[in-house]
Amino acid sequence: MKPSLLQQIHNTRRSNSLRSSSSPQDGGSGAAEAAFRSPAGAFWLLLHALCCLISLILGFRFSRLVFFIIFSSTVTNIYTNSPVFSATTTTTTTTTTTTTTTHTETLTLPLPPPAADILAPNRTRSRVVVGRHGIRIRPWPHPNPAEVMRAHHIMERVQREQRIQYGVKESRPIIVVTPTYVRTFQALHLTGITHSLMLLPYNLTWIVVEAGGVTNETAGILERSRLPFLHIPFIEKIPLRWTDRHRMEARMRLHALRLVKERMLDGIVVFADDSNMHSMELFDEVQKVKWVGALSVGILAHSGNSKPMSDKEPTEEEKQNAPLPIQGPACNSSGHLIGWHTFNSLPYADKSATLVGEIGTVLPMKLEWSGFVLNSRVLWEDVESKPDWFRNLDDVGKDGEEIESPLALLKDPSFIEPLGNCGKKVLLWWLRAEARADSKFPPGWIIDPPLEIIVPAKRTPWPEIPPVLPHETVSSIQEHTEKQSTRSGRSSRPRRASRSKKKHDPLAQISVAAQKQQN
Amino acid sequence: MRHRAWAFSLALFCLLSLRTGAREFERSRRTERISGSAGDVLEDDPVGRLKVFVYELPSKYNKKILQKDPRCLTHMFAAEIFMHRFLMSSPVRTLNPDEADWFYTPVYTTCDLTPNGLPLPFKSPRMMRSAIQLISSNWPYWNRTEGADHFFIVPHDFGACFHYQEEKAIERGILPLLQRATLVQTFGQRNHVCLKDNSITIPPYAPPQKMQAHLIPPDIPRSIFVYFRGLFYDVGNDPEGGYYARGARASVWENFKDNPLFDISTEHPTTYYEDMQRAIFCLCPLGWAPWSPRLVEAVIFGCIPVIIADDIVLPFADAIPWEEIGVFVAEKDVPSLDTILTSIPAEVILRKQRLLANPSMKQAMLFPQPAQPGDAFHQVLNGLARKLPHDEIIYLKPGQLKLNWTAGPVGDLKPW
Repeated sequence: MKPSLLQQIHNTRRSNSLRSSSSPQDGGSGAAEAAFRSPAGAFWLLLHALCCLISLILGFRFSRLVFFIIFSSTVTNIYTNSPVFSATTTTTTTTTTTTTTTHTETLTLPLPPPAADILAPNRTRSRVVVGRHGIRIRPWPHPNPAEVMRAHHIMERVQREQRIQYGVKESRPIIVVTPTYVRTFQALHLTGITHSLMLLPYNLTWIVVEAGGVTNETAGILERSRLPFLHIPFIEKIPLRWTDRHRMEARMRLHALRLVKERMLDGIVVFADDSNMHSMELFDEVQKVKWVGALSVGILAHSGNSKPMSDKEPTEEEKQNAPLPIQGPACNSSGHLIGWHTFNSLPYADKSATLVGEIGTVLPMKLEWSGFVLNSRVLWEDVESKPDWFRNLDDVGKDGEEIESPLALLKDPSFIEPLGNCGKKVLLWWLRAEARADSKFPPGWIIDPPLEIIVPAKRTPWPEIPPVLPHETVSSIQEHTEKQSTRSGRSSRPRRASRSKKKHDPLAQISVAAQKQQN
Repeated sequence: MRHRAWAFSLALFCLLSLRTGAREFERSRRTERISGSAGDVLEDDPVGRLKVFVYELPSKYNKKILQKDPRCLTHMFAAEIFMHRFLMSSPVRTLNPDEADWFYTPVYTTCDLTPNGLPLPFKSPRMMRSAIQLISSNWPYWNRTEGADHFFIVPHDFGACFHYQEEKAIERGILPLLQRATLVQTFGQRNHVCLKDNSITIPPYAPPQKMQAHLIPPDIPRSIFVYFRGLFYDVGNDPEGGYYARGARASVWENFKDNPLFDISTEHPTTYYEDMQRAIFCLCPLGWAPWSPRLVEAVIFGCIPVIIADDIVLPFADAIPWEEIGVFVAEKDVPSLDTILTSIPAEVILRKQRLLANPSMKQAMLFPQPAQPGDAFHQVLNGLARKLPHDEIIYLKPGQLKLNWTAGPVGDLKPW
């Protein structure tokens, strides 16, 4: 084949300019030999070296530009039918010079033509042109909210279809039993469980048993959830010791179960404590229960200290508990229930908290109620297929009997079904984080009317604002709260400067802490 | 009285058939057969429809090469080795060459690997040429038709053009000695020099056991809208951008890097396969060559492939209706990719997912060991069987030669 001059140029240029990770020994040497054989080739090689040097100095590769300008006349009349890629598309920005580092600018140099066309002009050519293309970027390369919504509708539809095809075929309604009482962290915990329940695709009945009677705070949170709930009062007030609280909560749950029995509510009873965290898969898994099921509960026991516990090397027992402790059913190799994994509370024996809010580890009970689920029919009276190993609910709790875990409801615990891949899958997490029993919090977490008295700090962090006089407090409080948020960025620097200058002054420390709290 | 009994029994029969029909309808909603002639073709059995004769080449063309570098068994060009093994033990193999319809030459041209694992194609033309010289001198069947009833597996980047750079590959063109043979290759682009009209496109090799090991339960909801992992800029070979992928991958990155619907990055996560199963769309843009193993992975994991490669010819295009399964986006439309994907109606997406869930579809993309009915080996044989019977015209009269044995670059003529 007769290589034309243009093709030879392309040969030498391409073999030298496109550096590939594996150096083409044969290809490069072949081209170099061919170049050296003809003096014209040597000349072009020298010219190319010169161009390379100039590009090195300038900082961008201009040789393509030069070649295009010189050869554009010969190029365009051969390739009249190839769409020369020029800046006709509206989405690209045109720049003729560019630096090698910015690859976000789009280059719109028309392409050097593919060499194959010189060889075989009569062969049908691909519309797709080989070589350098520009990078198309639209003028506003950011997401469009309408499209994002459409995408979410699509995903919802796909997930619904997946649930129809692979999910639970006939889903039973779920009855969630939650004991609660008014306390500082109630809003936190209850909102968490509200959001978990709002995501469920199943029919739901939420039985909330409140110690100390029905209160407006709890009712407010429940109504905002717009879930079908039953708010049941439980007359006694909640005690202060953890052990007593656990017992009372067990009694509250039994109270809820009696309600289920009275009203013959149908579904699967899940004990969801408001401080626990539930995975959505939990509610899919409990659909498999026949009568009574048991799940694994991950225990996030923690100490109330803010200091990390491991000042010293963790002891052997702590290490044993260190891979997260799990409470739940234990199975043998054929998948039958043979026992229970419980939480080893011995290492925490002297560090455990007895009063709520005390510094110390809050320990779970031997077997948490939340690890068990029931088919509500097992509670009903006069159901023929009801198993006889379940005690009649009216007999439970009489004569001061202590109910520690749902195992007391059963005559024979060997009939319990282990769920969640025989307890290997942890679908819910137990956590008891509570503030001190005497901690004060504003009802509903809203301060209304606004605070009347403001004591100016000894060191004002905002030197531009004059100290507020008492008779101006009420009207200017709103301004203050807004200004605080906007100036928080700027105030940090003077605050730090003031802190470094101050001496060890307890009052100043308190004021700094107060400012930190406000921000 | 009798009429009433008949009517009653008829009604009962209708009711029963309706109920069972409904249940079967329910089951079949999960997957959908690719209806029409295309879908049925996937399940054809090639045994009995063709006979293949495998040439006995000295082991320096196949076994010794593999012994030197066993990485060839796991990279994406491993189809040539597995096809050889399949044919050796397949019922379509015949030991009598006179009754064979097709002839196979087991030469592993894509097994000369760099330390990084990329195949070097520089010796491949010489290797192929040497193999053809051997078979033409030891057996009369090559000269009978000059290779028109022979097929070769050339899974490299640009097939029988034997180069990894597209411009060089176009320059070289298909090896002149293979002009009349049927090529089984992974590269496919319309009106391209390196794709002949009668070539069969196959998917690149993807390890079936590795993918099976990463399957997750199908009820895990698909929560990623668009997923892609891979390079956008090939900094080593194309630092300015614009050459690699014809700028399409760079365009995807620049337009959608901060779009929450697009989960795209250059990371290599260990949960790559699991993430694909949680995605609705998987991007399959071109790279240096238009094909990629991402297509196979997307089909196996039920993720709708979004193919961004102009004029690409997808594997088994005559047996699989890719238009109905995947989404094709022109390279010039990449900036509006989000508009295109979000404006597809949900029913169309569900239908595509049902077609992808069809097990015969997934099987056709795999090269399992040992071979299973409906897999890619069988699809190749089906493709070869569909070309039968051979035209009389391919049989050359003595003295009538069409191939030019001295064509090609000078370096190719050196013996191997």
